[in-house]
Amino acid sequence: MVHIWKFGDDIDTDQIVPGRYAPYMRPNEDVADAAFIEAHPEFNKQAVAGDIIVAGENFGCGSSREYAVLALKRRQIGAIIAKSFARIFYRNAINLGLTLIEAPQVVDRLSDLDFCTLDLEENRLIVRNSILRLPEIPPFAREIINAGGLVAYIQTNGRLPGE
Amino acid sequence: MSQTLTEKIFSNALGRVVQAGEIVVVQPDVVMSHDSLTPGIIDILQNDFGRASVQNPDQLVFSFDHVAPASTVGTAENQNKVRAFARRNNIRFFEVGRGICHQVLIEEGIAQPGFIVLGADSHSTSYGAVGAFGSGMGSTDVAAIWATGKTWLRVPETLQIQVRGKFQPGVGPKDLALRIGRELSISGATYLTIEYHGLDWLPLHGRQTLCSMAVELGAKAGIVPPSGEIRKRFTVPDWLFVDPDTSYYRTLEINLETLEPQIAIPHAVDHVVDISKVAGRKFDQIFLGTCTNGRYEDLREAALIIKGQQISELVRFIITPASSHELLRAMADDTLSTLIAAGAVISTPGCGACMGRHQGTLGKNDVCLSTGNRNFKGRMGDPTSQIYLVSPAVAAASAIRGVITDPRSL
Repeated sequence: MVHIWKFGDDIDTDQIVPGRYAPYMRPNEDVADAAFIEAHPEFNKQAVAGDIIVAGENFGCGSSREYAVLALKRRQIGAIIAKSFARIFYRNAINLGLTLIEAPQVVDRLSDLDFCTLDLEENRLIVRNSILRLPEIPPFAREIINAGGLVAYIQTNGRLPGE
Repeated sequence: MSQTLTEKIFSNALGRVVQAGEIVVVQPDVVMSHDSLTPGIIDILQNDFGRASVQNPDQLVFSFDHVAPASTVGTAENQNKVRAFARRNNIRFFEVGRGICHQVLIEEGIAQPGFIVLGADSHSTSYGAVGAFGSGMGSTDVAAIWATGKTWLRVPETLQIQVRGKFQPGVGPKDLALRIGRELSISGATYLTIEYHGLDWLPLHGRQTLCSMAVELGAKAGIVPPSGEIRKRFTVPDWLFVDPDTSYYRTLEINLETLEPQIAIPHAVDHVVDISKVAGRKFDQIFLGTCTNGRYEDLREAALIIKGQQISELVRFIITPASSHELLRAMADDTLSTLIAAGAVISTPGCGACMGRHQGTLGKNDVCLSTGNRNFKGRMGDPTSQIYLVSPAVAAASAIRGVITDPRSL
């Protein structure tokens, strides 16, 4: 059982990791320690491996900074379930092998700090004794995530996805 | 068969007819990265891909603009790492003070009409100002291009902005960019290209303002058809024109004759109102700069409003030219001297205070009027600070009065 951390719409990458906390600015620190450091201090201090982020529309909008994904990946966030994702964030997450699930019909049924079990094999989320179906991750993205991210995909297949 | 400009650019790159929705693998013409992310991209290339050199050095270009010159030992060491890598691999780079990547690549003719220009920076949509397909990517995607020379892209559908009329006095390209945000919302163009029509008369700098802000609505690219001034300054391929019967994902019409000065209030880019709604509010700092509004014409507009007057002692006014070239243009007439005499400070050309790292970082409860493109909470400094996004004219008028001011009221 893991926790849900529920966020609203339009969570921008400045909230996930402010530019002032970039690896460039703090080369000797782990960017994972900066995840939601100012926007959500409870998440920053208490989120543990496997926890799930649930959010509204347009999660990850703004900057192209991949370290926003990297910080959540290093915190071992189990998945991000949102109504929709910003384009660059979505691509960055696939590339680093972080599971994103676009599930607009599920988000409103989940609450902050709910306990849940995420079953990616069966595409379902078990929460408060009910089973919520999750849409399948598009095959193109699934392939990259399953390979372990873009670098591993290219190294394993000797070609780019889609090539 | 009619195509969008995006479909034409991808068809040209692949040598076959391409339609929106296809996933294609392309060799981008230009791949840009800057000092903030290039050190990490080098690590991905070397440590994760296990490669010492890039596939095609001619494709790459680096800029030093995000923290320029270096502000800490850490940023200095990272910049030195990038310089050494660039020299070893024969990669072009532009030193600290040359300016913002998106400005410099256009000035240097590196971004050209019809090119595919990808950058490790979300504001790479800016290259649409010259009729290129410009788009931002993350570090691993860019490292993969360094390693292979190629990337995959889904060819996006296109949203058309149909502009009617001309700007009224005191209203300009930034007001149009903010108005589009107000109409479409922060996610209203997600995964799409925005094509801006009806602007054949708009000079390059105004096109740069519009295209830089396409990403703020979620867009993958923003393109102004390369007409007017662009045809005089660049070579436009003969296939790069708007087909009259093209159908678009959506069309939004905007009438400039009735457009008022717009302002984005904290903390969202689409939280836009007419200036009259917030006129008279207090603030502490003005930041005139960025890839959106840091060019000579923006400084000139501010200087013409401020000329002969002093900036209010209630506020500080920081100007960061978009490039050394734009700074020189502002020195060639009385633009720069007017602004400095009025009390403004000029910082090194580059990104400046835009992402809160140096040259004007905001403290607790500071309120900033920025001509930039993002007003996310905490972007320019302390999370209790606030950012309003404005045009250079609103910035200048407000500088004189010391409160948010409609430039038409002076």
